[in-house]
Amino acid sequence: MASTETKAQSAAAQTTAQDGATAEGPAAGAATRATAAGDTTHDLAGLEAGLDALESTVVARQPWLRTIASKTFPPLIAIALVLGLWQLAYHLQLKPHYLLPSPFDVARSVQEKWLQGTLLGYVWTSISRGALGFLASVAIGTVLGLVVARVKVVRAALGPILSGLQSLPSVAWVPAAIIWFGLSDATIYAVVLLGAVPSIANGLVAGVDQISPLYLRAGRTIGATGLAGVRHVLLPAALPGYIAGLKQGWAFSWRSLMAAELIVNAPDLGTGLGQMLEQGRETGDMSWVLSAILLILIVGIGIELLIFAPIERRVLRSRGLLVKS
Amino acid sequence: MTTTTLAKQPAPTAPAGTVSYAARIDHVSKSFGRPGAQQHVLDDISIDVAPGEFVCLLGASGCGKSTLLNLVAGLDAPSSGGIETPGGRPALMFQEHALFPWLTGGRNIELALRLRGVPRAERRAEAERLLELVRLGGAYGKRVHELSGGMRQRVAMARALAQDSQLLLMDEPFAALDAITRDVLHDELTRIWSAANDSASGTGGLSVLFVTHNVREAVRLAQRVVLLSSRPGRIAREWQVDIPQPRRIEDAAVADLSVEITEQLRGEIRRHGQH
Repeated sequence: MASTETKAQSAAAQTTAQDGATAEGPAAGAATRATAAGDTTHDLAGLEAGLDALESTVVARQPWLRTIASKTFPPLIAIALVLGLWQLAYHLQLKPHYLLPSPFDVARSVQEKWLQGTLLGYVWTSISRGALGFLASVAIGTVLGLVVARVKVVRAALGPILSGLQSLPSVAWVPAAIIWFGLSDATIYAVVLLGAVPSIANGLVAGVDQISPLYLRAGRTIGATGLAGVRHVLLPAALPGYIAGLKQGWAFSWRSLMAAELIVNAPDLGTGLGQMLEQGRETGDMSWVLSAILLILIVGIGIELLIFAPIERRVLRSRGLLVKS
Repeated sequence: MTTTTLAKQPAPTAPAGTVSYAARIDHVSKSFGRPGAQQHVLDDISIDVAPGEFVCLLGASGCGKSTLLNLVAGLDAPSSGGIETPGGRPALMFQEHALFPWLTGGRNIELALRLRGVPRAERRAEAERLLELVRLGGAYGKRVHELSGGMRQRVAMARALAQDSQLLLMDEPFAALDAITRDVLHDELTRIWSAANDSASGTGGLSVLFVTHNVREAVRLAQRVVLLSSRPGRIAREWQVDIPQPRRIEDAAVADLSVEITEQLRGEIRRHGQH
C-alpha cells in the first residue's frame, strides 16, 4: 500500500517536471522565477495581512450596564427572599421575639449604634487589624511559599505541615496565644498570622506547580535564569494561583481575627466587631448580636468583592482565561 | 540538481578568518534512564552547521531530534561528545508559541531584549522594528490570546530574533499550524533568513537548525537535509539541496527530492517493524 502510493507520487512529480521543462524551457523557467522573486515580498505581505484579518476574532465585551445588572440582580433577589422568610418567621412567632428579632429590629440596632457614633470605630478597628495582619501574612507567606515551591528538601519537610495547618481551625491557636502573649494585640495578630500564612503559602506553591514547563523552558532560552527567572517568569506565571491563595488568605485572616477578638476581650484593647459581638451576648441582646454578625459578613464579602474579585478578573482576562463561550 | 553528500563538506558560506561553524555537534550521544536500563536516544551524532547555513534535521518519531535540539540549546547535557556554539546562547523556537500570556506581544519581545542587556530607552523601538520584520506592526499592544496561531508564531519568531543570536534553533515550529498559514510562514522564514545573511544587512548572519518530520517542509526550507534514523537516533544520510530560493512547496524539484527522501525515510521506519 505504502509503496504503491510512493510510486504514484513519484510518477506524478516526474510528469510535472517534464511538462515544465518542455513547455517553457530552462531559460523561460528561470525568467519566471526571477519575476516571481520580485513579486513575492509584496504578495506575501498582502497574503499575511489577509490571513491575519481572517483569523483574528474580535471579542465584544458586554455593555457594562448589562454586566452590572446581570451580576447584581440575582443576589439581591436572593437576599430579599431570605429577609422575607425571616420576617415571616418573626410574624408567625416561631420563637419569642427576644430570641428572634425581626430584620427591622436588627436594622434599628445598627442605626442606634451608628447614631452613638461608635459603629464606624468598631468596623475600622477590625478592618485595620485584619489588613495589617493580612499584609504581614502576605509578606511571610510569599517568601515561605517560594522557598517551599522551589527547594526540594524544604518542600519535603514543610509541604505536608503547611497543608495540614490549613485544616486546623485557627481558633485552636487562641488559648495558646493567650498563654504566650496575654490579652494583647500580639495574641490577635499571632492568631491571624497562623491562620493566613499557610493558605497564602499553599496558594503560591499551587500556582508555581501549575506553571507550564514550556514557560520555564522558554524563559531559560531567552536568558531568564536565577533571580531574573523568578521575577520575570516564575512569579508572573504563578500569579493566578497566587491570587487565589491571597483571596483565601484574606478569608482566613478575617475569620481568625473574629475568633481572636471574640475571646481576647480586654478594656485597653480597642473594640472590634468580634468584641461587639461578645458584648451583645453578655447583655443578651439578640438584635445586637445579629447586627454584629451581619456586619462581619458584610465586611468580609465587601473586601472580597471590592478588592480581590476585580484584581482576579483583570489578571485572568488579560491572559485570555476569562473568555465567555 | 541534487547531490548526496555522505561525507561532511567544508562550510560553503564561511567568511574567512572567523570560526567556520555556527554550531558543532561533535560525536554526541545521549541516553536516558538509570545504568542497566538505559535508553539510547542519540548515537554518535556529528553535524557542523556553517555560519549562515540552513540545516533541517528530519526523522520519524523516536529519532531524538528534539532531544538533540535541547542539547544544542544548552537545556540538557549530552552523555558523551561535545557541543559548541561559538556565537553564544542560541535562540530557540518551539512548536507551541511559548509566549508569556501575561505580557503583550511587544512586551514579550522587550523582555528578551532586556535579558540580553539592551538599554531601556532602545527596547521599545527595537521591539517595534522586530514586529515590523515579521509584518506584525500592529501587534505591539495585543495580548497573546488576541493573536491567531500564525501571528503568535511570528511574534515568537520576533522574540527569538530579539536575542540577536547567530544560531536559531527551531523545533517543529509550524507543525501545529494549518497548511495555508504554514506555507506563508515558510516564505516568511526564508525571507528573514535570506535578509539576515545578505552581506548588505550588516548583521552577523543567521544560521538555522530546523527540526521537522515533514519531508516537503525540510526540502522547501533547507540548504542541507540531515535524515536521522530512529532508536537510537543516528545520521542515516544527508542531502545538499541546491534548488534556488525562493522555492515553493509545490515546485517539481522540491517534490522530486521529497520523493527520494521519503523513500529513504520509509525504509528507515520499515526496519523497525522487522524485529
